[in-house]
Amino acid sequence: MSAHAETAHHGPASGISRWILTTNHKDIGTMYLVFSLLMLFVGGSMAFVIRAELFQPGLQMVMPEFFNQMTTMHGLIMVFGAVMPAFVGLANWQIPLMIGAPDMALPRLNNLSFWILPFAFAMLLSTLLMPGGAPDFGWTFYAPLSTTYAPPSVTFFIFAIHMMGISSILGAINVVVTIFNMRAPGMKLMDMPLFVWTWLITAFLLIAVMPVLAAVVTMMLMDVHFGTSFFNAAGGGDPVLFQHVFWFFAHPEVYIMVLPAFGVISQIVPTFARKPLFGYHSMVYATAAIAVMSFIVWAHHMFTVGMPLAGELFFMYTTMLIAVPTGVKVFNWISTMFRGSMTFETPMLFAIAFIVLFTIGGLSGLMLAIAPADFQYHDTYFVVAHFHYVLVPGSVFGIIAGVYYWLPKWCGKMYDEKLGQWHFWLSFIGVNLTFFPMHFVGLAGMPRRIPDYALQFADFNMITSIGAFLFGTTQLLFVYILIKTVRSGKPAEQLPWDGAQGLEWSVPTPAPYHTFSTPPVVGDK
Amino acid sequence: MAQSQPAYYVPPQSHWPIIAAAGLFFTLGGTAVLLHALQQESGGLFGQIMLLSGLLILAGMMIGWFASVIAETRQGLYSPKLDKSFRYGMSWFIFSEVMFFFAFFGTLFYIRVFAVPWLGGEGDKGLASMLWPQFNAAWPLLQAPNPEQFPPIREVINPWHVPLINTILLVTSSFTLWLAHKALKRSDRDRLKLWLGITIILGLGFLALQIMEYFEAYNELDLTLASGIYGATFFMLTGFHGAHVTIGSIILIVLMLRVMRGHFTPDKHFAFEAGAWYWHFVDVVWIFLFTTVYLI
Amino acid sequence: MCRLLHLFSLALVLTPAPLLALEFNMPSGVTDTSQSVFNLHMTIFYICLAIAVVVFGVMFWSIFHHRRSRGAKAAQFHGSVVVEIIWTIIPFLILVAIAIPATTTLSDMYDASESDVDIQVTGHQWKWHYKYIGEDVDFFSILNTSREEIENRKKKNPNYLLEVDNALVVPTNKKIRFLFTSNDVIHAWWVPDLAIKKDAIPGFINESWTRIKEPGLYRGQCAELCGKHHAFMPIEVKAVPEASYLAWLEDQKAAKLAEAASAEQDWSMDQLMTAGATVYEKNCAVCHQADGSGVAGAFPALNGSAIVQGDKAGHLDIVVNGKLAKGMPAFGEQLSAVDIAAVITYERNSWDNQTGDHVSPAEVQTLMDKQ
Ligand code: HEA
Ligand code: HEA
Ligand code: HEC
Ligand code: CUA
Ligand SMILES: [Cu+2]
Repeated sequence: MSAHAETAHHGPASGISRWILTTNHKDIGTMYLVFSLLMLFVGGSMAFVIRAELFQPGLQMVMPEFFNQMTTMHGLIMVFGAVMPAFVGLANWQIPLMIGAPDMALPRLNNLSFWILPFAFAMLLSTLLMPGGAPDFGWTFYAPLSTTYAPPSVTFFIFAIHMMGISSILGAINVVVTIFNMRAPGMKLMDMPLFVWTWLITAFLLIAVMPVLAAVVTMMLMDVHFGTSFFNAAGGGDPVLFQHVFWFFAHPEVYIMVLPAFGVISQIVPTFARKPLFGYHSMVYATAAIAVMSFIVWAHHMFTVGMPLAGELFFMYTTMLIAVPTGVKVFNWISTMFRGSMTFETPMLFAIAFIVLFTIGGLSGLMLAIAPADFQYHDTYFVVAHFHYVLVPGSVFGIIAGVYYWLPKWCGKMYDEKLGQWHFWLSFIGVNLTFFPMHFVGLAGMPRRIPDYALQFADFNMITSIGAFLFGTTQLLFVYILIKTVRSGKPAEQLPWDGAQGLEWSVPTPAPYHTFSTPPVVGDK
Repeated sequence: MAQSQPAYYVPPQSHWPIIAAAGLFFTLGGTAVLLHALQQESGGLFGQIMLLSGLLILAGMMIGWFASVIAETRQGLYSPKLDKSFRYGMSWFIFSEVMFFFAFFGTLFYIRVFAVPWLGGEGDKGLASMLWPQFNAAWPLLQAPNPEQFPPIREVINPWHVPLINTILLVTSSFTLWLAHKALKRSDRDRLKLWLGITIILGLGFLALQIMEYFEAYNELDLTLASGIYGATFFMLTGFHGAHVTIGSIILIVLMLRVMRGHFTPDKHFAFEAGAWYWHFVDVVWIFLFTTVYLI
Repeated sequence: MCRLLHLFSLALVLTPAPLLALEFNMPSGVTDTSQSVFNLHMTIFYICLAIAVVVFGVMFWSIFHHRRSRGAKAAQFHGSVVVEIIWTIIPFLILVAIAIPATTTLSDMYDASESDVDIQVTGHQWKWHYKYIGEDVDFFSILNTSREEIENRKKKNPNYLLEVDNALVVPTNKKIRFLFTSNDVIHAWWVPDLAIKKDAIPGFINESWTRIKEPGLYRGQCAELCGKHHAFMPIEVKAVPEASYLAWLEDQKAAKLAEAASAEQDWSMDQLMTAGATVYEKNCAVCHQADGSGVAGAFPALNGSAIVQGDKAGHLDIVVNGKLAKGMPAFGEQLSAVDIAAVITYERNSWDNQTGDHVSPAEVQTLMDKQ
């Protein structure tokens, strides 16, 4: 590190140390993405166990206690291990490229944020091997099931959550700082691409709510080990307090898992419609509105805990209102397509599926928001259907779309379009086959988090399981496509998509190890 | 190396991040193993070793990482732009800390405004008192709904003794730190050392008094973590605040050492400012804490 | 391929309508409340469906007409304040229209005053306890599906997992108020036909009410994850005309007296063992397993347990007083002296435990009276 002229231009180091010691946003982005893919498969395997058990009524392959561990770990791993890191990976790759920055603002911190994750998940997964088993209280870990009645491994669960929290906060700080401080000269906030905007707002949400998650698990830790009574009425506490604090974190968390996907879609749709994004400003304001409102709707997850009527009504109204800015986004995407000149490459297919299926999930969310009706929906498969619609064809499709879209720029090779189309259609059919029937069994009265169910739910559960196996195995095809692209894809052009706009396409293909060492100047057009 | 627009410094490969991650893993993992062992009433040696090595790794990492940052600054590798990144970074970090405390204050609020009155039969969900016929809602809550499980508190801490002194100490320390900062900007190194030194002493004094207060709480007032929700919220808020004062004091001591070594110039002293922000933040938290935990 | 997408999505949007009307929809239930909830549900469903049709309609129309393969040229407009305002206001108005009936229904559901019958419902891992306030009647209600059915060793009956030993009996056309609470973790009492789902929270009480119009048997399940047997704590509500309800109450009281009397009788070893096996199967097997082998790390094995094979006093103590902090309930509050005597005798003389001890109900009663 003698002279900085040198440090700014070194290429990647060789060997494993390139990855472990790196400070390069592209390397770190890649590590995040690979890690997340790995976790998708770990969490997906657990979903396989769940679906295999639920294939038929009766206890078939796992004991109820293990089933609960699978549900819990599946939820935790998908949320904290698959979706969130994938978005951070996209952010790492794309934000510097899109705003013309040489790297993330705090490169070493960036590497730390990543490397905490493998340790955190090692700790979380190790609980599967402990006596008494892994956490079995749901990803929402309501007290006192997660305190007084928890398996001993809860301690490890708590510290794993702490580590994930630290990682997310540091990662988010880096994003905010990069966006505020590292934009190319001339790029005003309102010139930024929407992906950057949505991530800025997401990062704000992360910094605001991850500490609250840390606080709530800390209180659990004290209840478990130090004799406090935060969540125990016998000492003057309240189990419902846990839920308030948890959902104050977890509702914004669900938007953390979807806003960056909104950003990706807002990049892809204009590209393939060959038409500028409709309503850029209102997109930004809508995203901000969603984020702000996400802080005052949390108790819609708690309509049945017996809140006073005024609280119930307040949370019902605020929740319903979130549909308005979300609607603005949907309408803007559609208006962008309207009178465009559209083509349907894989990223666009995933983006369109995102818009359709996310809207379906959003509409079922609106139904859930109606408190008296939620008394019937709550904790049934209707809710499971809702959140998988917004998370799988929502967040996950958003991620996949982004990967297909930017992959040519990242590795300089083009994926196989034919296989991409196959991947899309199989995923699309699989995902609907899996999650659509869940609406019916939910309405008909099947509670969630059960390893065994009454006979009238049998048919639809079987369809769901078949769909899940289809969707899951299809993702192996995705891995194959990725490997094939990296190893033997056809070289990609500088501008692989003729409608694409933005700084990220101005760099050579593949993007060199260091880009924008001297910042580009973004002039007023 | 005078440039009109210096390139943004992107550090080369560094082994500190991975060491930090490992240190965190050992520290938290060790704590978990230790607590787990205590819960199972088995020996905790393994946990202790793991925790200790974790802490050592973290300490070494901090020293090493900061040392390299300091060296880089002193080599002039950092542009004003990078300085700004540090500033933004620190402010957002403090914001995250604010939210951490916000959750705890929210808890206190919920307990006092909702949970305890409900358990005592007031408000929308006062029906709960059917289950706790003996319970009397009051704040400070000396007697929990089930006093056998959560033994009663004899008395709570008088806000007008130690806590008031502590308030004065901490507010004064914020003021002296501000004076130190002004001295630094004036290049008045003697005053800088003086005021910084006083700030550190005030901080340590605060900590000493707080430790005394905890001793009194446990030994004379029967106010413990396990004495129901009053004790729980009291120790959680004051405890986490105390932990932050401890960290703040360590930061100030490090700053003092650097001042003695002649670091910082009137226009470049980000580390000093970051430390000062942190200290002021801790001070503000205390003001809230003094009002809501001790006073009302 | 786009045509396929078009068709598929259309099918997706349209299929629910006929299906929902049939058997896979929310039940409309048997109370005024449940019917207004059902109506609310259908209203919002149709509104959502309409929104979906419009939104996806426009989208697929442009996908079809404005694609490059049909020679579409891209326009370059990128905003319009007017339409932005329109599509902010219209959804808002739709939401207001939904909010009004929702608010009315909700306030109605919250009004539990002036009830005729009050029942306290307490969740336990994993059974329900019902107590008729003001009457001396209370009992547990436990899953009645056999292990063989669950483990696929026997054909499943139509009410598989939805059947209990003692149903909750209530009168029709009376306002019944429920007070929900819990003994351990959070459970939720849910009967879809009554549109009641309320959490049972330890240390707190939640209220809800119902007025059932038609006699019948209404089934439900626990709806909040409450540990490993969450799937196995169903609910049965039997609504009967008031006269039968009153008669039933009298029967219950009589049965209770008879049971108290039986504690003073002499019970033979065989009687105790048979009764004990039933009690064990219902109350203990969920944790300690039918063969007494327990679950490693969570629930100790009773087969070969030092406590079970040791002196009676210790065994009695753990069963009567439990060990709440570790998850062993205090059965002194849940079972009668006869049941406890029976189950202890059973445990002390089953599997490898052959102590030959005989524990009489009277012994247990003396201990329980002392506390
Ligand atoms: C990416 C994640 C994500 C997203 C984006 C959302 C979005 C929404 N969610 Fe969802 N939700 C979850 C993830 C998510 N949710 C998860 C994980 C759970 C379960 C947690 C658990 O218990 O384990 C959950 C649970 C959940 C519940 C609790 C259910 C229960 O447990 O009983 C509720 C209740 O209100 C709810 C509501 C909503 C609403 C109103 C939206 C809105 O933001 C949706 C807005 C979108 C639209 C409405 C569609 C587009 C709009 C238009 C086309 C405009 C026109 C529309 C109208 C005028 C209506 N969600
Ligand atoms: C982003 C989050 C996310 C994602 C992507 C998914 C993806 C899937 N989820 Fe879910 N899920 C949640 C978040 C998510 N989930 C949450 C938060 C809960 C609530 C938990 C709780 O109640 O606490 C939940 C709960 C949940 C349940 C309810 C469990 C219960 O209530 O008991 C079910 C049941 O079907 C389910 C199924 C699935 C399926 C089939 C997928 C599929 O999409 C998965 C597809 C699979 C893959 C993509 C991987 C492919 C794997 C292979 C091909 C196997 C090969 C493996 C090896 C070789 C080892 N999930
Ligand atoms: C909800 C789960 C649960 C149920 C139901 C349950 N137990 Fe237990 N039981 C436990 C747990 C947990 C322990 C361990 C307590 C400890 O760690 O000391 C235990 C311990 C015991 C012991 C002491 C065993 C030993 O060797 O330490 C006996 C005897 C016992 N239970 C009997 C019973 C009987 C009889 C019933 C039914 C009437 C029953 N249990 C129902 C959870 C349960
Ligand atoms: Cu009781 Cu679930
Ligand atoms: Cu939510």
